[in-house]
Amino acid sequence: MRFDVKKNALSLVVWALLLTAPLWVDRVGAYPELVTQVVVMGLAAMSLNFLLGYTGVLSFGHAAYFGLGAYGVGLTIRYLMPSTMAGLAVGVLVGALAAALIGPMIVRRRGVYFAMVTIAFGQVFYFIAFRWNNVTGGDDGLTNWHRENLHLGFATFKLMDSPYDFYYFVLAVFAICTGLMALILRSPFGRTLIAIRENERRSRFLGINVNFHIWVSWVVSCTFMSVAGALYALLNNFVDPRAFYWSQSGVFVIMCVMGGMRSFWGPLLGAAVYVVLQDYLSSVTPNWMSFIGLVFVAVVLFFPRGFLGVLRRRASE
Amino acid sequence: MTQLILFNVANGLIIGAFYALMAIGLSLIMSLSDVINFAHGGFLAIGAYLAYTLSPYVGFWGGLILAPILTAILGLIAEKFLISRVYGRDPLYSLLLTFGLAFIIEDSTRFIWGAQSVPYDVPGWLMSPLSADYFFLTGYRMFMVALVALAVGGLFYVMNRTRLGLRIRAGTLDLETVSVLGVNVRVLRNLNFGIGIYLAGLAGVLAAGQLGLQPTIGASVIMPSFVAIIIGGLGSLTGTLLGGLLIGVASGLTAVFLPSATEAVIYVMMALVLLIRPQGLLGEEGRF
Amino acid sequence: MTKDGQLWRPTRRRLLQAGAVLGTAQLASPFVQIARAADVVKIGMDNPLTGTYAALGKNELIGAQMAADEINAKGGILGRKVELLVEDSTSGDAGVAVQKARKLIDRDQVNFIIGNVNSALAQAIANVANEKSVFHVVPGGHTDSVTGKDCHWNTFRVCNTTQTEANAVASTLVKKAGKKWYYLTPDYAFGHTLQAGLEAAGAKLGATKVGGALTPLGTTDFSSYLIKAQAANPDVIIFLQAGDDAVNALKQAVQFGLDKRFHLAGAQQELEVLEGLPPEARVGTWVFEWYWKQPKVAGVDAFVAETRKRTGGKVPTARHYFGHTAIWTCALAAEQAKTLDAVKMAKAMQGFQLPPEIAMMPDGAFYRAGQNQMIGDLYVGHAQSKGADDPEDLFVVDQVVNGKDVSPTLEETMCKQDWPA
Repeated sequence: MRFDVKKNALSLVVWALLLTAPLWVDRVGAYPELVTQVVVMGLAAMSLNFLLGYTGVLSFGHAAYFGLGAYGVGLTIRYLMPSTMAGLAVGVLVGALAAALIGPMIVRRRGVYFAMVTIAFGQVFYFIAFRWNNVTGGDDGLTNWHRENLHLGFATFKLMDSPYDFYYFVLAVFAICTGLMALILRSPFGRTLIAIRENERRSRFLGINVNFHIWVSWVVSCTFMSVAGALYALLNNFVDPRAFYWSQSGVFVIMCVMGGMRSFWGPLLGAAVYVVLQDYLSSVTPNWMSFIGLVFVAVVLFFPRGFLGVLRRRASE
Repeated sequence: MTQLILFNVANGLIIGAFYALMAIGLSLIMSLSDVINFAHGGFLAIGAYLAYTLSPYVGFWGGLILAPILTAILGLIAEKFLISRVYGRDPLYSLLLTFGLAFIIEDSTRFIWGAQSVPYDVPGWLMSPLSADYFFLTGYRMFMVALVALAVGGLFYVMNRTRLGLRIRAGTLDLETVSVLGVNVRVLRNLNFGIGIYLAGLAGVLAAGQLGLQPTIGASVIMPSFVAIIIGGLGSLTGTLLGGLLIGVASGLTAVFLPSATEAVIYVMMALVLLIRPQGLLGEEGRF
Repeated sequence: MTKDGQLWRPTRRRLLQAGAVLGTAQLASPFVQIARAADVVKIGMDNPLTGTYAALGKNELIGAQMAADEINAKGGILGRKVELLVEDSTSGDAGVAVQKARKLIDRDQVNFIIGNVNSALAQAIANVANEKSVFHVVPGGHTDSVTGKDCHWNTFRVCNTTQTEANAVASTLVKKAGKKWYYLTPDYAFGHTLQAGLEAAGAKLGATKVGGALTPLGTTDFSSYLIKAQAANPDVIIFLQAGDDAVNALKQAVQFGLDKRFHLAGAQQELEVLEGLPPEARVGTWVFEWYWKQPKVAGVDAFVAETRKRTGGKVPTARHYFGHTAIWTCALAAEQAKTLDAVKMAKAMQGFQLPPEIAMMPDGAFYRAGQNQMIGDLYVGHAQSKGADDPEDLFVVDQVVNGKDVSPTLEETMCKQDWPA
């Protein structure tokens, strides 16, 4: 029981910080777009962690679904209809569909081979976005569209005009997605995923259809990833092929590891540290890439369990 | 039209040979150590820049010999002090490690040699076309193919005829048994990594002869190399060689008919292979 | 601690030490001129320092810092010191560029914003700057729309439009090389507009397009495109690639001996590219937007000398010039308007003629009213493999073309400025 209380305490702290963020960001030298980015990237990392941390399958190509969500929303608003919600829906649908179709081709692979295949599939989307100039804008990215204010029957949310309205919109989507993920993980299905992670062979012997479970987990993870991608595009009112690029996938993985793969909120912490660190480093030194690289190396060698992992171990000792 | 197609097939083979050189190095490391070396492209760049720096003193030929060796030494050091630490852990960690290393290498080359392209010169007589009709068969490109053939031939000899090669091949199949039989696995993996990096360094010197030499020179070849491995089948060097040549020819041919799909086509091929023969053309089922 | 943990320990400490040393060295470097006083004028620079355009972005930064130092030496802007805030926009990620622009404007409260080398990023920054009404200068992103159909009242541009460059080189090409043109065009907005510009300019002079191929950005192997190009048997093969693509394309064309069979040419060319090529591949007819060897033009020699001092002997390129002119544009706008109010400054710059020591061009340079596009001279000439008296003298100017004569008219640019009411 004590463990559960602690876990909830952590959730409470996270939500308290997120909900009050607009009140204190200015005072710590941040700005609204940065916090919004933290939440979006946090959602992306947590989506990846659903597969990586809770199913134990190493995807290094999740940027593809991030990008699909982003292009889905951008293309919809640009060409079909200027509605934030419609765009979001299309983006998520496209990402989920692609994941569902690609899934069967890759779920039989494991370890580095799985990673490599996911990267390679991600590159297909990268090149489509990169080359299909007339529609996607190619390397210049998709411009001339922006998120629209949200009119619900009872109220209007000025997503376009007020950065804080948009922040709370993102936070609401974030809450729904993370809530759903938590629910799935607590269900028997979620327990089965953890069982596969812990011992795939044993699960197989127990009669679990491992490949099917991995496929479902993959689709769920990619779907939430495309939500994050769509939000990212809405944040910038812009999307370009780099959203698909494999190095972006690597960034998501490092966020998970840095924060702690075995903890629900770990990836959010990792995303926050990564986003703020990169934002800071790239303003102070043109050689920020070296520092980011050093962070990768340091995390792998010294904090393989992530920050929350370290804290938890301290606490349990 | 036929002529154009023939041109592009020949051309594709030349490029494919180059991909194969990269892919074989990657494949060696992946098979024995379970490490995807994202920094492979970075080592390619190091090889190229070292050749550029050395050639004023030791000439083109000296650079061609020394630069890959020096790159391989750097590779040995990186393996010993960084990569060997994550052996036996979740492959995730080696991935992130080499990913970070790739960042550091790219940024360091930019810091040392500048962001701007630097001119790397090869001997004049290698630079001219062999004949006016087949102008794309330049001396340099033929030389490149010959050198790739030599390197791959040499590697196959090492793998099949020497004790080291035998141990590497055995280790790929069952590392534990090899270790129990008294082979020092640490040293084995170290040397194996060195061989892989040597090939990357060599590819770098060759690339610098015909591409602009700048810090991101390696980034564009690493993905095709992955695809070559997947198509050929992980664990099979012959398969990787075949995969490299195949994707070279495929993108060469696509350039004739549908230029905008030259890159995408290799990924489509990969998807097809995964659907029809998931272990790759020459790969064995059940290994990964 | 686990056994593993102890194994790592010594290395961890050593690594942290190394990191700390490296870190202090980096952070202490005068990359950002820190001045926290309230009475400074802040100029935010949102330009690439990593990726494909890093070399160009860094050169623009050197030019910009030089200008900021000059302005400070002369007493600053409206008596206040100039502070340059630098952010890496990356070479292609407009998401980052936009965020950095917002950060500079919202958090750092800059009075001016500068950027970008990449046209797409320049446009993205322009949109943010317009939303926030901040005076914006584009030093070196060429796509026409920035001062064309997507122009803004507050966005000024130093470098030329692609159409102007195409017009400048077209007549020379017809005269020197012939009328059958084959295009090798990079497949993105910059390449498309450049080709459209050349086609339009060529058509007026009777030149025809005998074929063309779109090459993707980042192409490393151009052989299949070159095979197609020579099969069309043109008089001129026109290379519209920029940066690394241009290096790869030209290097391979010369290896294939195409320079001996056809005339190789293009529109925009940069000293950075020529320096990246081996000597035998420095060939062709091109347009430079500025060149360091202009002995009779005021200010140039001093500018060259100062750049050499800062770069360890390297001469300024057009990019140094762009960065330098962009910062001076900000200072001149403030002095002209006697205020830092963006609307008043932008109004004051309409048709503004730059002082000769800033323009550094034989016919001077001015910002065209109604478009905010700087119009100066263009330098049409040919590349040479080795400089006579300086290793960086790789271009021979055959003809200086006055931008007034080759710029599209204001109507043709389709710019309609959106001044605030």
